[in-house]
Order: sequence, then C-alpha cells, then structure tokens
Amino acid sequence: MSRLAGVTDLDARRKQALEAHEAAATVIAVCDGPGCNAAGSAKVAAALRRAVADAGLEGSVQIKTTGCHGFCQCAPVVVAYGDGLFFRGATPDQAPAIVEAAVNGQPIPESVLYRHPATNEPIALERDIPFYAHQERRLLKHASHIDPLQVADYLAVDGYAALARALTEMTPEAVLEEVKQSALRGRGGAGFPTGMKWELCRRAEGDQKYVICNADEGDPGAFMDRALLEGNPHSVIEGMAIGGYAIGASRGIMYIRAEYPLAVRNAALAIEVAREMGLLGEDILGTGFSFDLDIVTGAGAFVCGEETALIASIEGFAGEPRPRPPFPAQRGLFGKPTNINNVETWANIPLIIRHGAAWFSEIGYERSRGTKIFSLVGEVQNTGLVEVPVGMTLNEIVFEVGGGPKPGRTIKAVQTGGPSGGCIPASLFDVRVDYESLAQVGSIMGSGGLIVMDDRTCIVDVARYYLRFLKSESCGKCTPCREGVPRMLEVLDRIASGEGSDADIDLLGQLGRTVKGASLCGLGQTAANPVLSSIRHFRHEFDAHIHEKRCPAAVCTALITFHIDAEKCTGCTACARACPQQCITGERKQPHVIDPERCIKCGACLDACRFDAVVKE
Amino acid sequence: MIRIEIDGNAVEVAEGSTVLEAARKLGIDIPTLCHHAGLTPYGACRLCVVEVEQRGRKRIESSCTRPVEPDMVVRTDTDDLREYRRTTAELLVAQCPDSKPIRELAERLGVQNVRFEGRGMECILCGLCTRACQQKIGTPAISFIHRGVDRKVATPFEIQSDVCIGCGACARVCPTGCIAIEDMGNKRVLRVFNTELELQACSECGAYFAPQRMIDRLKTETEVTEGLLTRCPACRRQAIGAVLRQAMR
Repeated sequence: MSRLAGVTDLDARRKQALEAHEAAATVIAVCDGPGCNAAGSAKVAAALRRAVADAGLEGSVQIKTTGCHGFCQCAPVVVAYGDGLFFRGATPDQAPAIVEAAVNGQPIPESVLYRHPATNEPIALERDIPFYAHQERRLLKHASHIDPLQVADYLAVDGYAALARALTEMTPEAVLEEVKQSALRGRGGAGFPTGMKWELCRRAEGDQKYVICNADEGDPGAFMDRALLEGNPHSVIEGMAIGGYAIGASRGIMYIRAEYPLAVRNAALAIEVAREMGLLGEDILGTGFSFDLDIVTGAGAFVCGEETALIASIEGFAGEPRPRPPFPAQRGLFGKPTNINNVETWANIPLIIRHGAAWFSEIGYERSRGTKIFSLVGEVQNTGLVEVPVGMTLNEIVFEVGGGPKPGRTIKAVQTGGPSGGCIPASLFDVRVDYESLAQVGSIMGSGGLIVMDDRTCIVDVARYYLRFLKSESCGKCTPCREGVPRMLEVLDRIASGEGSDADIDLLGQLGRTVKGASLCGLGQTAANPVLSSIRHFRHEFDAHIHEKRCPAAVCTALITFHIDAEKCTGCTACARACPQQCITGERKQPHVIDPERCIKCGACLDACRFDAVVKE
Repeated sequence: MIRIEIDGNAVEVAEGSTVLEAARKLGIDIPTLCHHAGLTPYGACRLCVVEVEQRGRKRIESSCTRPVEPDMVVRTDTDDLREYRRTTAELLVAQCPDSKPIRELAERLGVQNVRFEGRGMECILCGLCTRACQQKIGTPAISFIHRGVDRKVATPFEIQSDVCIGCGACARVCPTGCIAIEDMGNKRVLRVFNTELELQACSECGAYFAPQRMIDRLKTETEVTEGLLTRCPACRRQAIGAVLRQAMR
C-alpha cells in the first residue's frame, strides 16, 4: 500500500476503488460478524465462492465478507447488491441457488427466504423488511458494503474524505465548532456534549495531549461498539484523527477489551494500512499534521470503561478509578490532557465533518441529536443491531423495528443502560429514547443495550442478575460499592427465596441511596439503578414474592413447584427418563408423579414432555 | 488564597488545599478513615463525603480528595450525607464486626444496630498501609490484590516478601490495628503478610533489635555511622553519650 502524498492521491485512490467496484456486475455480501460466523457464515462464503467458480462467473460475481449487518436473528445473513436481495439463515448447500437468484433473478429458495413473522408474507428485498425499514442507518449504512480488511471499500464510500477536508480546508477551531454545532453527545452513555469535552482538552495546558477510544464495551447484551470496530474500523480511526487535529493531540489509543479478539485484529490491521497510506503517522496527506494510534487491550474488567480506571489500566496499574477532579481533560493519561470518547462517538465524527453539523442534527429530539445504535436483544421477534434517530419511542423500537413479542407472549419491560440503567415497564413505552426522557423514568440511555423482557421474565430475578454482575465487577476500592452491592444482593436473594419482608424493601432503598450517592465512580453511582427502578415500576412483583410467596413469572426456584397433570399425562415415561433426580415415578401408560421433596426444579421434565402435562407454577 | 463557604461560614485557604483541610480549619468535624495528612488522598472510605455546589450544580464528593475552587459552597451535614455516612459505617461494621475503632466510629455516626451478617474481616481496605509502604518507605512490599469483596492487602502472590524491610509503617498507620508485628527471638514476624525477617543482634549487648534489611537500607540511604546502626537503641545512646562526654571534657 503506497503512501498518499496529498489529497489528490487520496482522490485518485478513491476513484480506483469505485471503478473496481463498478467492474463487478454482481456482489454478494456475506455477513461475517460473530453472530453469523457462529452460525456458519465462513462455510457459506466458501460455498458461494465455489458456486461462482462452478458456474464460471468469477469475472462478474464477487463474494464479499463483511462486518455485522445487524439482523442477527436471521444469521447467517447474505445480501446481493443492486436491489438488495435478502437471504436469511443461508446454508452452504443453498449456495448455488443463492448465486442463481442474485445473478439471474431466480426466486429466492424457500429455506432462505425471509417471511414476515406476523403475516408470513414473503419479503425479498432487505429494505422492505420491517426490521430495516424503520431504522435510520447512518453509521451502519455501509455495513454490508465494507470488508473491514479492504480499505478500498471504505474509500469507495467516501472514507477519509472528512479527514482530508478537515486537514486542508478547516482550522482545528472550525472542526471543533462544527462538532459543537452538531450537538453530538457521548454515546458511551452519560451524554456529555462531545464538542464541549473536546474544547476542555484543547484549552488545557500541556505539551503532549492524547485522545482515547473507549472500546471497553461491557454491558451484558451490548455489542454496538464491537460491531463498529469489527465491521468498519477505518471510520473510528478517521474520527480519532480528526479529533486529534481539533484537540491538538498527536497520539491516540484505542482501548479495546481483550474479549473482542476480532475487533482487536481488524482495528490493528486497519491502523497498519492507514499508517502505510500516510493517513496516520507523520505529515498526514502532506498537511504537516501528525497523528498516530496504538491499541491497548483491556484485561477484562467492566470498571475499566470508567475513564479514570481506563487511564490507570493503560498506564499499567490496576484498573481502579480515582476521584475527579482532576478530570482527564486536565490531567489524564500519564498526567497529560486526555480526551476519551466512546467508539460510536468517534465513528460519528467523519459523518459530521463530511455532511455538516446541520445534517447531523436535523434528526433527533430536543437536546439529543443524531442517531443511536442499540443492540436489541431478549424476548423480542427481531434481535440484532438497530440504528434509529435518538428520541424514537420505545414502542417504535420494540414493536416496529423489533417486531414485538414472541408468539403467545406479552412484553412487560425493557432494560436500557445495562447494569447502570433501569427497567422501563411496557406502560411507559411511549417514552422517547433520549438522554433526558429516560432519566425521567429512572433509567439511562447507556451505551445502547436494550434487553426486552416478557411475561416469563421475573423482575426480581433480573435485578439479582445485575447485582451479581456488579458484585463481581466492583473493583472494591470504595466502601459503598464493594460492601453495599453484595448486601443488596443478599436482600434480593432473601426475597427471591420467599423469606423477604416489607422491611427488606426499605433496606434496599436505603442501601441503594447510599451506593448511588456516596460511591466513588460511575459504576457504583449507577449500580443501584436496576434495583431501585424495578422496585419503582414493579413493586407488585416484589410484593408477590414477599407476601404471597409466589413468583408471578415462575422463575425463582424456591417459589415454584412442578407437578404432573394426571389428565394430560399419557405415561410415556419421557419425563422420568429426563429427570436427573429420578424423582418421577409411575407405571408405563399411567399418569406419573413428581416427588416434590426430591425435585430440584431443573425443568428437564417440562422440556421433555410432549403433552403439556408438566405444570410449573 | 481561595475563599469558599462551608456550612454557611466563609474560609480562606491556600490554592491546592482540599475541602477537608478547609473544613478542619473552621473546626468542622468530618469523619475520615482512609485519610492521612502525610499520604496522598485516596477517597475510598467515603465517610468524608460532602455536598459541593458550583454554578448551581450539586455533587456529592469526598472532601479529602476535592481541591477547593473559588465560589464553592460546601455542606457537610445534610440529611442525605448523614444517611450515607451512617449506612457506610454500618457496612464497615458488618465487614469488620470485631474492630473496636470501627464500632465506635459507627456508633458516633448513629448506627444503632447492624442488619447484616458479619464478614469477619479485620482490615477495612482503607489503603493507608499500602500508601505508607509505597510513598514513604519506597518499597512496594504490599498492595491490593483481587477485586470487589475478595479485595485484600497482601504481598505479591501472598508469600514471603522480597522487599519488605519490616519497618512497621503499615502497622503504625492502620486504623483498625489489624497488622500485628511480633518479634520472636531473632525473627520479626508479619503474620498477615506471610513474611518473616531476620533481626540484627546489637553489636554491643547482643539483643535483637531491628530487621537486618532495615539496617542495610539505612546504611545505603543515611550517613549515620555504621557503628551506630548496628547498636540497639540503648547501646546507641550509651555510645553517643560517651562520645559527647569525651568532646565536652
């Protein structure tokens, strides 16, 4: 990869990339994000390449592997360019038929055809699928167009044009002003205005400044940042270089959690290529501006997403936070002024510089502008990555994009903001998903995890889950978080086992207030949110556990029993054979009985029964 | 000098001072556990939290770590703060139920009964010992290991320390007195840190009086005559006395 001496070289390289793309008559993109990869996308891609070769179409059909397209529910996902034919659950044996459909317009084989989950109507084109149709894709617009290992793919969609524009046509102050005008706010969750953050660092005195990309995404169920880094690492690199220019930083660090090996690899390869091309390093594009990037991998601690702990971790110390001030903008990495932004925040920067602040902020709600990527997971029809305008209502996200509940279920709540956020009951789904509105209902925007829960989810159990997570992730430095979170968990365990009392609710409130009010860092200060918000919105479920000794969702094992409905039992013995306790007895072809004394409530009998005779309540 | 307001009283303190220092100048009592004037602020015990109001925004911050800024309005005794301190103290008693200083402090902060089962620890993880060892003695012999409820202070790998000089600074600053140092024959034993050190025998009387490593360290870092360093305190006094008498004669 030869070095680009200036913007003319960059434009020439872009033209080359576009011409190469136009030469291929048909492009079939195979999503190779971890979800699709786990479902066999590598084998599908190999089979597609073989099918193309067998049909003698190597010259005109190109098979491209890309980062995550977002519709993980349909893994492995394959899309043919042009109209955007969509193939769900692709398998190697369907490869020839997929190539036929893409090239010759043959109908999509039934086994890989997407059907509307409610109406069963077939949908051939990606853009017509409700999951995609209701999104506003800006950051993910080119998810299916970019092979993360091919910089040409990024150049072909105007990659690095924003960096070139910033360096040649704008002063650092003008770049900063543009970002301020856009009203972009930190996508890591707290929503601090990005431009203002940059300005604080720019104004701070220091011979050396740093910019850092926080890719320590740790919320359970959240994978937006991972998908961006894996699928389009150059967009993050470009954003950071622009940030370095505006702030006056010549060095940048991507702090990526070690549990994301593909993100680490793709980012490292992209940095290497960008350096070879002269888009990183000394004298970028002949403008005299120098900026270089390194990757530091995290050592597996949720708290390292907190800015001061992240800095300590990069410096080689244990990942523990320290009180602020001084803020990183004043005294950050190695004591120098440092600006830390989340992956998605950085990825928005090239778009803002390329299209302008006005374009960016034309969508959104009140003080929250632009789009936000969410990972929509849990008990909903369409799971995956969704990018929507900030301020869309939860109803729209869950029911229109997400397709609503699974068959026969009802959705009861959504957890936003992961272990730092709160659960929002379905009765409040009119709430807009923006920083201020979510705070009003006791939750937070967070980094973008949206976990949907239905009537089979027990709120007490979910609160316990988050507290268990936080207990194991607390660094232990400050008393309220280290000691308070495990005590809250003890109280919840008591409630879940049917031994709770009304005093326990008060105790949770008191502990929660102190953990929230007195903890040192953001992890502790938000740790009580899942519990406090679930008590606020689902007090009746707590009361059922406490007063009626009943778990309405039939989840908390201490409060449920399994028995067999003699009317329905056919005596097939399937349950007795599945039972690990061997506590189900009965003659063949006669109703069986579960011995409640020995039953460990594992649910194996329920899964084994084909006649709905096993009852859990 | 910077002028701030604490609980309605104005006070002027030097730039770089902390809110805790400013409050103490006014005679306001803010409880602390992990604070020591000779060590860097740490902000971990959270007993010294105060409410800081600036530009209309109120934040709860640890006063021991918070540098003063002009026009700051600080409150040290609101209902919320009292609840935070009381609950935090209750949690500390539950962590270290047998610690008398912690129980007394909790009582002073209004804890009447402890609603949690004790964790049986003796150390409250305030980090005074690790800071004293690192910042004052310059030997990072001990530090925190593990995290969350498993956090504890230990030597690397919890085995005999290669660098501990047995000076006892850790025990000296410990607010709960949980670091016991025992001299047994020619050994100094720091049981909590699985560390044993050879004691030096006095070159005069033969009594064991200080760890060998500490004497070696003092030999390289001070200009005290070696003959004095190898004497026990009593013999050292005698030796110096003899020198002085000689000089005055």
